Amino acid sequence: MDSEEEAMLRAIGLRSIDDLFADIPASVRTDGIDIPRGLSEQEVVRHVTSLLRKNRSAETMPTFLGAGLYDHFVPASVRAIASRAEFYTAYTPYQAELSQGILQTLWEYQSFVCELTGMDAANTSMYDGSTALGEAALMAHRITGKKEIVIPRALHWEKRKVLESYTVGPGLDVVEVPFDPEAGTMDLAALKKAVGDDTAAVYVENPNFFGRFQEDLADIRSIAPSVLIVGANPLALAVTTAPGDLGADIVIGEGQPLGNAVNYGGPLVGIFSCREEHVRKMPGRVIGLTRDAEDRRAFCMTLQTREQHIRRERAMSNICTNETLMAVSSAAYVGVLGANGLRRLALENIRRAKQLAERIDPLENFEAPLFPGGHFNEFVVRCEVPYARVHKALLAAGVHGGLPLTSRFPELGEAALFATTEVHTEADYERLLEAMERVR
Amino acid sequence: MTFRQARYDEPLLCEKTRPASDSDTDFFDVPVSLRRKRLDLPQVSEHEVVRHYTRLSQMNFGIDTGFYPLGSCTMKFNPKFNEELARLPEMARVHPDQDPSTVQGILQILFELQGILAKISGMDAVTLQPAAGAQGEFTGLLLARAYHLDRGDAGRDEVILPDTAHGTNFASAGMLGHKIREIPSEDGRVNLKALEAAVSGKTLALMLTNPNTLGIFEEEAVEIARIVHDAGALLYYDGANFNAILGKTSPGKMGFDITHFNTHKTFTTPHGGGGPGAGPVGVKAFLEPFLPVPIITFDERAYGLDWDRPKSIGKVRAWLGNSALLLRAYAYILSQGSDGLEHVSERAVLNANYIRHRIEKHLPVPFSGLRKHEFVASGKPLKAKGVRTVDIAKRLMDYGFHPPTVYFPHLVEEALMIEPTETESKETLDAFSDALIRITGEDPELLKSAPHNAAVSRVDEVRAAREPILSWRMLQRAKGTEPRKA
Repeated sequence: MDSEEEAMLRAIGLRSIDDLFADIPASVRTDGIDIPRGLSEQEVVRHVTSLLRKNRSAETMPTFLGAGLYDHFVPASVRAIASRAEFYTAYTPYQAELSQGILQTLWEYQSFVCELTGMDAANTSMYDGSTALGEAALMAHRITGKKEIVIPRALHWEKRKVLESYTVGPGLDVVEVPFDPEAGTMDLAALKKAVGDDTAAVYVENPNFFGRFQEDLADIRSIAPSVLIVGANPLALAVTTAPGDLGADIVIGEGQPLGNAVNYGGPLVGIFSCREEHVRKMPGRVIGLTRDAEDRRAFCMTLQTREQHIRRERAMSNICTNETLMAVSSAAYVGVLGANGLRRLALENIRRAKQLAERIDPLENFEAPLFPGGHFNEFVVRCEVPYARVHKALLAAGVHGGLPLTSRFPELGEAALFATTEVHTEADYERLLEAMERVR
Repeated sequence: MTFRQARYDEPLLCEKTRPASDSDTDFFDVPVSLRRKRLDLPQVSEHEVVRHYTRLSQMNFGIDTGFYPLGSCTMKFNPKFNEELARLPEMARVHPDQDPSTVQGILQILFELQGILAKISGMDAVTLQPAAGAQGEFTGLLLARAYHLDRGDAGRDEVILPDTAHGTNFASAGMLGHKIREIPSEDGRVNLKALEAAVSGKTLALMLTNPNTLGIFEEEAVEIARIVHDAGALLYYDGANFNAILGKTSPGKMGFDITHFNTHKTFTTPHGGGGPGAGPVGVKAFLEPFLPVPIITFDERAYGLDWDRPKSIGKVRAWLGNSALLLRAYAYILSQGSDGLEHVSERAVLNANYIRHRIEKHLPVPFSGLRKHEFVASGKPLKAKGVRTVDIAKRLMDYGFHPPTVYFPHLVEEALMIEPTETESKETLDAFSDALIRITGEDPELLKSAPHNAAVSRVDEVRAAREPILSWRMLQRAKGTEPRKA
């Protein structure tokens, strides 16, 4: 014990540190924690770095995975902004006057999300795209009182499983609509049959899980009953029509592509936005614009009566800690790239998906893209040999191929979802194509 | 009083925008029905963007700026080495769908972290999937539900909560459609008679924070566990206050079946102004079959992922969890070790009791006895002067301190919930205590008009909620009604 601690103990009128824990009964006391003693900073950094070196990153292994998370180039300015200690070492901005910086930044984030999605209001984030879907389903149930959520079969199984957990409370039924086997997009005739009197919402993605654009969103709007939830890639929205302009009520998505790393799956950032008429049923933290006592513009958290600390068990969600710092990165990223930069980058990702598919297709044993038409970032590759064999061969060649689909989507045959972004070099493509060519 | 927060009349980035050149885009193969004509986003130089957000950051208060005794939030120093580790490409640029053979490093870290958290909590198995504490609660209740259903016990839909419980406990239970039985406290602790009256064959679980949100240790933890278990229900430990008990006791030892951790509290992963966090959940062995999929496996040679878990509750978020935060928690725990972690709790508890001792003559602290890592004072004595706790909180800003948590827990009138954490020096604790004491004697008008030294003066939160303006679009639509700048 140092002298400072001794002085404080004396002031309180205690003799030892043990006296501070006299209220913990002996029957529940433990004798320390059975782990090694502490290490110096240098030792910890060396140890953790050596463990991380066992990972293969996109830095050294060209990786063609997407399926919701995409390794994009993030300008250093974005990291510099998110690394401002005033931002990242703050807690939730409960005290508005001391927190104007993050409040305005988050309000700008909300604004950017709304412009991209065509919605009026956005929250400051959900945990990720999958929980945004779970929360959107619950919100649709709150709006309509109905119990069926219609979803596309072409959906990442991770999202599907999360949706099922989130809907346990009100006991919602998840109804699956197949994809058109020719187009790879939602089968509208099947959708018409799936929608009924108890449908709370229809959920559709654009681009969808197979990277395909859902061209007929307007038709889906007319088939869907009250609530239409659209899942979007925010980068794709720079060049595709805002779902709000096509009649969506709630627009969600995984926000990681806007300025955040893939981080082995977390932290990510769930985009959540809706029409003004539904805002009081929206989950999560929201920043509003107001004024201070001297009539200056100011920002604060608002509509808090929807949230857990006020509404308790009748709250719109239990979410408290969210992914604010990722939203800060997204705001900075939108700022740094600007409207034109985002549009150019979105088109670049469309072009690259098209060109990579065109280079894979002529290879023996491979067909790409499996579905015709425009793709964003990714496309399905079908192969004549078991994909597991391709997967292993690529790894052996120092390349990570796409996401194997065969076991989850047996109707596609031997298939995988290949993604590409602006980070890939010509050398990366050649390495991939050469390795694929050698698979027999 | 030397604190002055930066104050810029910083416009919105949207207001700095020069009209975006609406380029004649070649849409490649974007379907005609989906081609976007207009994108109303900013178009400014990179330098302007960096300056804009740098200025905004200067109008923000973090623990690197000053003392941040926000009760229940454990705002301790965030080691800088963690930020460098998390930015390494072997962490940041690793995709969660990668083949397990290419992610052996992070899988080892996560696997080892599970083992360490089990030891710290006295639990047998841990999932790292939940993204935050509240999601840990949601996961824990799903586990309890699955366990009861697996035994064929379908009638349990009530969750018992003491009146000191965090709001998230209520909301997590509410999200799952459970009924809440709220039990009153007695002398700042769980009232055992009320608990006995509340438990029944309908009880799913009791959720308890210990030490509770008053900073008081529930000494009857063992008896509480007996009552709940005798009724066939489970005990959930809300780990928000873990910082008080590291190495001294554990939820497992106290008889709890399920616990969550808040890595952004106890294990100092930075809270990022509202998130991210991570909310791992630990369970006793009998609940292990129900944990979310996939689980991380280790066969003495390699780490892998097992999805074949027939009793699993499924998933609560995509992939394995907030891995880059879990990495930081792991590194922090290694740096502290057994000795450091125990000292964390000792110093955190000492610091809280010291401030309490300094200020309680001026601001009463209801309920007698020791406190753990935090305590709740009451601003009630100042009410006669027309001063509310909110005014005390705002005035603290002028002295360069972030205010404590206010108006929680509800059973203390005009509550100020103070949690200093272990990384603060006596000098800081004294300066804060001095400021608080001085404020109680200041001119009420000075308090009611505070803050005076923050970026803005008192913010009108009522107006924000009455006429919500939540985006640039809504602002443009509401043009004319936005207050003009002074």
